[in-house]
Amino acid sequence: MLNVSSINAGYSGVPALTDVSLHINPGEIVTIVGSNGAGKSTIARTISGLVRITSGSITFNGERIDQLPPHHIVARGLVHVPEGRHVFSKLTVTENLKLGAYATTSEAEIAKRLEYVYELFPILKERARQQAGSLSGGQQQMLALGRGLMADPKLLILDEPSLGLMPKLVEEVFEAIRTISQTGVTILLIEQRVLEALELCNRGYVIQNGRIVTEGTGTELMDSEMVRKAYLGM
Amino acid sequence: MYLQLTVGGLLLGCIYGLVAMGLSLIYGVMGIVNFAHGAFVMVAMYASFWLNRFLGLDPVLSSPLVALLMFGFGVIVYHAIIGKILEGPFLARLLVTFGLSIFLINCAQFLWSPDYRMVENPIFRGIIMLGPVFVEVPKLMASIGSLIVAGLIYWFVRKTKTGLAIQAISLDRMAASLMGIDIERLNGYAFGLGCACAGAAGGFLAEFYYIFPDVGTMFGLVALVAVALGGFGSTEGALIGAILIGIIETVGGFMIGSEFKYALVFLAYLVIVIVRPRGLLGWGAD
Ligand SMILES: Nc1ncnc2c1ncn2[C@@H]1O[C@H](COP(=O)(O)OP(=O)(O)OP(=O)(O)O)[C@@H](O)[C@H]1O
Ligand SMILES: [Mg+2]
Repeated sequence: MLNVSSINAGYSGVPALTDVSLHINPGEIVTIVGSNGAGKSTIARTISGLVRITSGSITFNGERIDQLPPHHIVARGLVHVPEGRHVFSKLTVTENLKLGAYATTSEAEIAKRLEYVYELFPILKERARQQAGSLSGGQQQMLALGRGLMADPKLLILDEPSLGLMPKLVEEVFEAIRTISQTGVTILLIEQRVLEALELCNRGYVIQNGRIVTEGTGTELMDSEMVRKAYLGM
Repeated sequence: MYLQLTVGGLLLGCIYGLVAMGLSLIYGVMGIVNFAHGAFVMVAMYASFWLNRFLGLDPVLSSPLVALLMFGFGVIVYHAIIGKILEGPFLARLLVTFGLSIFLINCAQFLWSPDYRMVENPIFRGIIMLGPVFVEVPKLMASIGSLIVAGLIYWFVRKTKTGLAIQAISLDRMAASLMGIDIERLNGYAFGLGCACAGAAGGFLAEFYYIFPDVGTMFGLVALVAVALGGFGSTEGALIGAILIGIIETVGGFMIGSEFKYALVFLAYLVIVIVRPRGLLGWGAD
């Protein structure tokens, strides 16, 4: 479904990714784990078109997307929920959600998706008319996820959805991801909570200093000496 | 007497407010301080003048048309110039609209000479009594018109899908592009809307104001002060700031002499900037 092949990318000439390759099959949950500054978010940004690759290629359903602007990539069903939530703080919850469906013109379709998101996250319905900035961190994360779902994604990239959340909320978010996956949405999950992510995923990649250092199924990675030492503290 | 002056200031402030609203919108969405805003008012005033001269249209009545033309002008200017330097160095972003302003003013001098002109047969003229105060009819029309246009723009930005997208860009450009919003296109619309504000105001002003190449400069400056007063990025704030300025200018000008009225305006500005750097209702794009 998604094929990232030997990409290099960086910020104003400083390389952040070196020769990164990965692929995602339809229906999978794939995770990328790694420590601070390893380049996880940069991978997400290159896929969604926010950061340009300097070499290599990215294809989505067989089509090259690495030169497309972000709004064209979203239109193809590849949706990126960025790290740090980035909700529109001065807008209401409903307005945030509607912006998620910006590419859709059908009011009926938008209403349907809104209903679905409210069902998944009832708290958003309760807070529908409140400013997004007034929500708690956990609620904002639900909103960011819900806003991503409003675009009717085929592939959803989630960048550290559990960042800064209390353990109970983390569980809730992971539960929501499982539910979303069961509806047929393919998921690329970027996480620093390595154990939880590896338990949830089908396959995973480990990134260090901008390079993929190892990959495998969730269980393989959990059993790997390197992962246990570096990320699970065992 | 003071009531009379305050009403006069209020009317003037409404027109300033429309100009300032456009400036604020442009700043809020793309972080550009449009120093050419006054020049846009001037271009619109000439457009009204020529529409009057050749087609016999009254400036107040043709102002929707002028606003529309200026919208188109703004979209073109955005895609031809502004959009190209948005990602550029800070100094380029700061100076480009300065350059544009000088260019437009010189064009006007070249094409239409530095002469003062005036629309010859405005349909709104004279003075009426509103309760205890005298009101000049063209000014009254201009300020009512300005409020209507300001209200329309406000409604557009708050209530329509395109307006929502424009707000999203001003709040968080990165997140907006991840929503599937075409930032370049919407920036173009926002710049066009900002120009349309200047355009409508220019149309209303042409009814009773002298028209010459430098006429917009003062309006641009006052709008800048109004926006800083109200808080960069807050359109409501800009409107309130502008009305305050209109009143300070008229009432203060009467008290200490009209040659000092702008000194008063800028003094008020300095005080606010020192006491409340974010402006009265401010939140910035940066
Ligand atoms: N906007 C930016 N400008 C310049 N350098 C950046 C920018 N964003 C990230 N970097 C650099 O690129 C490298 C990779 O950053 P990235 O954000 O992809 O890491 P990450 O794995 O997502 O880290 P974290 O777990 O902290 O989110 C880091 O060295 C970082 O300093
Ligand atoms: Mg990151």
